[in-house]
Amino acid sequence: MIYVQLFITFFLIGLFTFGGGAAMLSLIQTQVVTKYAWLTESQFTDIVAISQCTPGPIGVNCATYTGYEVAGIAGSALATFALVLPSFLIFYGIIRLYNKYHSTSLFGDIMSGLRPAVAGLIAAAAIILMFRISMSGWVPEISILTENFGDWTSWAILAVSFVAAFFFKVNPILLIVAGGIAGLLIY
Amino acid sequence: MTKNAVSLWSIFGVFAKIGAFTIGGGYAMIPLIEAEMRRKNWISEEDMPDIVVLAQSAPGILAVNMAIYSGYRLRGIKGAIAASLGAILPSFVIILAIAMLFAGIKDNPTVAKIFRGIRPVAIGLILVPAVNLARKGCKRWWAWLILAASLIAVALLKISPIYIILVTIIVAVAISLAKEARSGR
Repeated sequence: MIYVQLFITFFLIGLFTFGGGAAMLSLIQTQVVTKYAWLTESQFTDIVAISQCTPGPIGVNCATYTGYEVAGIAGSALATFALVLPSFLIFYGIIRLYNKYHSTSLFGDIMSGLRPAVAGLIAAAAIILMFRISMSGWVPEISILTENFGDWTSWAILAVSFVAAFFFKVNPILLIVAGGIAGLLIY
Repeated sequence: MTKNAVSLWSIFGVFAKIGAFTIGGGYAMIPLIEAEMRRKNWISEEDMPDIVVLAQSAPGILAVNMAIYSGYRLRGIKGAIAASLGAILPSFVIILAIAMLFAGIKDNPTVAKIFRGIRPVAIGLILVPAVNLARKGCKRWWAWLILAASLIAVALLKISPIYIILVTIIVAVAISLAKEARSGR
């Protein structure tokens, strides 16, 4: 049963990810953390950090790690296989569609709609890792996710690393190593 | 160079090398794949943009899509399998090893401290592509509306991103076909 769920989940993640690894994170998070609770928010955050400093596609890293946590080595192989299977299946279809439509504006129109939607998904992924949000009726109840943000120092680290990565294009691996050292010194 | 001159092993090898040495996901892999395919004379300069565009329009992992399309051009479906196995295998093995190791040490107090410092960095690094994509993709007011709608739907209402992607594609296709029909008339 767990294998079937794992397969379907990662097949859907592979099928509905447009726009690279970061977009995939939001799908993995909503399925694996929010829906099935296979991982906690903190575990997921750890995997994201590990993925950012190990080689290879981030989606494969996440699938392998989650699969292993849920169902051992067989689980990690199954999750990774399920993740890439849609790419193979779509291959033939997309080639034919592309040859037929690439002179029209169809692909461009789809992408111009998807880009902002995916930006929203990625931002949501980051927000879910910072706050615990639930709706009581029409009123959202928001509290800080204390497993990831214990006190103000965590927010300071977030701000510094965002500024460093966004404005100064500092290497992500360097930032993660710096974050680890900061954690060791501060806590 | 004829199609059959390229062995499956060398296709696998090229993508395994790229998979093992690129850190930071699919976008970091594109220039490497491009350079390696050109160096081996597997593909012409004009063909490369087509592969990149195809890989980006298709769902899934960018690097795997690139591997499938490039491998297919060289040796058909066998080439596609060899190339994508190559792109996946190094990170699969490395992450599996880390997952096994990490399970034993994650409750160690020193490791816990290190990861307490690392987690906010990881979240900061997720925000970077979100902001970049918003700047690149939101040139009109309706794009900001889509962004806000998808953010609220996922973060607040816990709607699966799958539905958001589906609805966006359906609406975009409908608008595009309507535009086409009007201009064709």
